[in-house]
Amino acid sequence: MISLFKFFSKDENKSKDIAKERLKLVLTHDRANVSPKYLDMMKDDIIKVMSSYMEIEEEGIDINLTRVANDDDTYTSTLVANIPIKKMKNIGKNNG
Amino acid sequence: MGEVIVITSGKGGVGKTTTTANIGTALALEGKSVVMVDADIGLRNLDVVLGLENRIVYDLVDVVEGTCRLKQALVRDKRFDKMYLMPAAQTRDKNAVSPEQMQKLCNDLKEQFDFVLIDSPAGIEHGFKNAVAGADRAIVVTVPEVSAVRDADRIIGMLATNDLSNPLLIINRLRVDLVKRGDMMNIDDTNEILGIDLLGVVPDDENIVISTNRGEPVVIDEDTMAGRAFRNIAKRLLGEDIPIMDLDEEDTFLDKIKRLLGMDKNKKH
Repeated sequence: MISLFKFFSKDENKSKDIAKERLKLVLTHDRANVSPKYLDMMKDDIIKVMSSYMEIEEEGIDINLTRVANDDDTYTSTLVANIPIKKMKNIGKNNG
Repeated sequence: MGEVIVITSGKGGVGKTTTTANIGTALALEGKSVVMVDADIGLRNLDVVLGLENRIVYDLVDVVEGTCRLKQALVRDKRFDKMYLMPAAQTRDKNAVSPEQMQKLCNDLKEQFDFVLIDSPAGIEHGFKNAVAGADRAIVVTVPEVSAVRDADRIIGMLATNDLSNPLLIINRLRVDLVKRGDMMNIDDTNEILGIDLLGVVPDDENIVISTNRGEPVVIDEDTMAGRAFRNIAKRLLGEDIPIMDLDEEDTFLDKIKRLLGMDKNKKH
């Protein structure tokens, strides 16, 4: 029964699928353009996590979200972080 | 102590004001005390949708500036027991109110009402920040079109930075005929893209236009599809577990016959 009805309804090239694909692509880009406040929040968290493993130079930190072009004309959002390390902590000893 | 819920969308014209009016009325029909706040200063509309435009004396800006007391600005809807409107100012600039003032207003209102619904203006600027300032929860309204869904996604992100991380989604004006032939994104498509909890789906219904012409929220009429959808939304807000019907599922043979005969009036949304 179902296949009979499927026979009468065209399944290819539905405009809603085109809409969905376009939306997914545009939203990846939109979401990569995050606010500076959001980026600062993330930066603080990254510092917090890294500080338990190493001493880092907080003034020298540079964190950015950028888009990297792929071969097929699409883009991938990438987080690029430059974090200068002053000294590694001796985790083994500290954990005692 | 009541709850403050902001109804927002990003894009204009997706039905925020109609949604606010109908959820508010449905909650009042469920016996809750409700105040609806029009936060669209300079472009107020909630008053006409509710049919209360001739009863406004003072407005939100008057309250914030101390020109009148809170109670004086509240317009009581005589058709219901405990339903009120706090109208926006029509002749003022939206900068007349600050987020801090809105927060205070919301706090004062939720001491007196079970539900405080804030009808947010379109956009992401000052008016949006005012609308969300005092909110405990947020509802995002969208229609299943690329432009509206994109703006909804942006708003969801902005709500998160305003401490409103788990907004609820209403998909408005869904056209079942277009969904069935694959020319409109269905509930699952929209859900998958936005990734937030679904509060309800409101089918496109000409009764919305008719009821807005009359200034009577469509929920009053239980026989309309949109009215039933808004009643279900209000019940879900009150914690009732009412399933959302999957409109995209394959029709049974009986459904098809019923549709042909124009008998499928009992569909829930």
